[in-house]
Amino acid sequence: MSNLLNSYFVKTHKLEISITIIAIVLFLIYFLGAPHVFTRFPIYRAFMQSMPFFGIIAISATFVVTLGEIDLSFPSIVGITSLIFGMVMTSTDGNVFIAFILATSLGMFAGLVNGLLVTKIGIPSIVATIGTLFFWRGLVNVISQGSGIAIVDVADGTWHHMIFVEKLFGKIPMQFIWFIVLTGLMQWVYRYHKFGNHIHFVGDNKASAQMMGINVDNVKIIAFVQLGFFSALAGIFTMYEMLYFWPTQGEGLMLTTLAAVFVGGTSVFGGKGTIFGTFIGVLIIGSLESGIVALGLSGFYVKFINGLMITVAVTVYALIQRRKN
Amino acid sequence: MAQELLKLENIYKNFGNVKVLKDVNIKINKGEVVALIGDNGAGKSTLIKVITGVHSPNSGKVFFKNEEVQIKSVAQSRKMGIEAVYQERALCDQQELFRNIFAGREITNSFGFLDIKKQRKEAEKILRDYIGFTSKAITVDSQVMGLSGGEKQGVAFGRSLYFNSDLIVLDEPTMGLSIQETEKVLNFVKGLKNENKSAIFIDHNIIHVYGAADRFIILDRGEVVGEFNKEEISREELVQKMIQLHESGKIKVED
Repeated sequence: MSNLLNSYFVKTHKLEISITIIAIVLFLIYFLGAPHVFTRFPIYRAFMQSMPFFGIIAISATFVVTLGEIDLSFPSIVGITSLIFGMVMTSTDGNVFIAFILATSLGMFAGLVNGLLVTKIGIPSIVATIGTLFFWRGLVNVISQGSGIAIVDVADGTWHHMIFVEKLFGKIPMQFIWFIVLTGLMQWVYRYHKFGNHIHFVGDNKASAQMMGINVDNVKIIAFVQLGFFSALAGIFTMYEMLYFWPTQGEGLMLTTLAAVFVGGTSVFGGKGTIFGTFIGVLIIGSLESGIVALGLSGFYVKFINGLMITVAVTVYALIQRRKN
Repeated sequence: MAQELLKLENIYKNFGNVKVLKDVNIKINKGEVVALIGDNGAGKSTLIKVITGVHSPNSGKVFFKNEEVQIKSVAQSRKMGIEAVYQERALCDQQELFRNIFAGREITNSFGFLDIKKQRKEAEKILRDYIGFTSKAITVDSQVMGLSGGEKQGVAFGRSLYFNSDLIVLDEPTMGLSIQETEKVLNFVKGLKNENKSAIFIDHNIIHVYGAADRFIILDRGEVVGEFNKEEISREELVQKMIQLHESGKIKVED
């Protein structure tokens, strides 16, 4: 046992292991407290259906948080890109290629704006992205004039609807498959690609990274751009699921998404993080509401317990960090 | 006649209205260790950052191996064979040693994915052969955080040797080190000469500088105010000159 605890894997994956144990305990509580719900498949199908919408963004946001930066504008990027997707879909009679390319390009453009404000103008990311949060949502309101867009006629029953959100073998929602695949891919990039490597170095110590020949500004800009892309992608998934665009689309995403990243163990101070942890964070944050209600507590507890989870998690991680230093 | 490695001609550098470097001319030969000395704010750090590509000069010419060059980035200066060893800031604390050694010039495949195996193997070689780490507590997977100042400096030196650079730039390499560690660093600098490598060396401690360098360039408020070969000046005289400079703002250069 002590051998196992001292092994290289355990030593280097403390955060991942702790967060996994927390998730297992949480699901055990659900399981024991509400067996009638948690021994049956539908609750898991519901999780698989709803988690990817914010999960995809959380995975992507882990890169930005590892830089020691933050992006608060992604809920509005989801809004504006979904609007464009809906408009192009309805006006081209369901040309998914054009709609997809325009929506994701706009997402990347919005990310580029954030990146440039942070690096070239020098505005702290928390301030810059509050600005763009309002800007893009405002633009959604101006363009949509408060009305929604139904894409049911051009999307329902199509091949693209099938590959985005229909059920594999009639059971597993496709968006969950995509979420798993993207998580795997992003984990690989995060740990084993030059870009992921540079993200860690810039987040750890900007000045050192610069002196080691890493182009700090470019790394930051690319991080914001990819978050813009994945925000657009999450918006598109949501559109296919709902077959409808509504002007407040994306607004509820901010806290759950960032909570998943922080609960997952990515350092608020930058330089250290884990994609796997964020994935588990998504499972935790995404299951809390249903779990709490299934346990028989009233819905009023949801925010309270959510808040408790986040506060305790970031406190523990900060303490682990401090002990190391 | 010694072979010339690096020559700076009429270098000016401003930050806004502040003139940090004014008409700096220096030359470094192959196999020569040159010390840059001067008070805080004399422009030493800015000068070496011009050489390593962190800053671009506002005007002036840079020659490397007798060719005029414009050093626009750290990556470029490294490619040319200039390697910087910065005190403290040389490494990122929370990242593993093998990642630190290759930061900014990772060994990758054509898609940009890291060859972790090769990086770890080469890092292992650097730790063993170039630095002589024997401690089992330090492996290529160690985070830099746990290393002492001297060990960090050792890693930074090992890195510069591994990449086979011609000119090694040392920014305060002995600051904050223990006496033993300082000794190691100075020996390392002396050892460079045997390999016909050159170095520029900044240090506040004139005693350290005097032992390790062949030539001394004194900077004051952005200008070169004196230049001495080791055989021309004793340690005491060098110290005297610095005190004199500090008091009067001028150096008397006898001819």
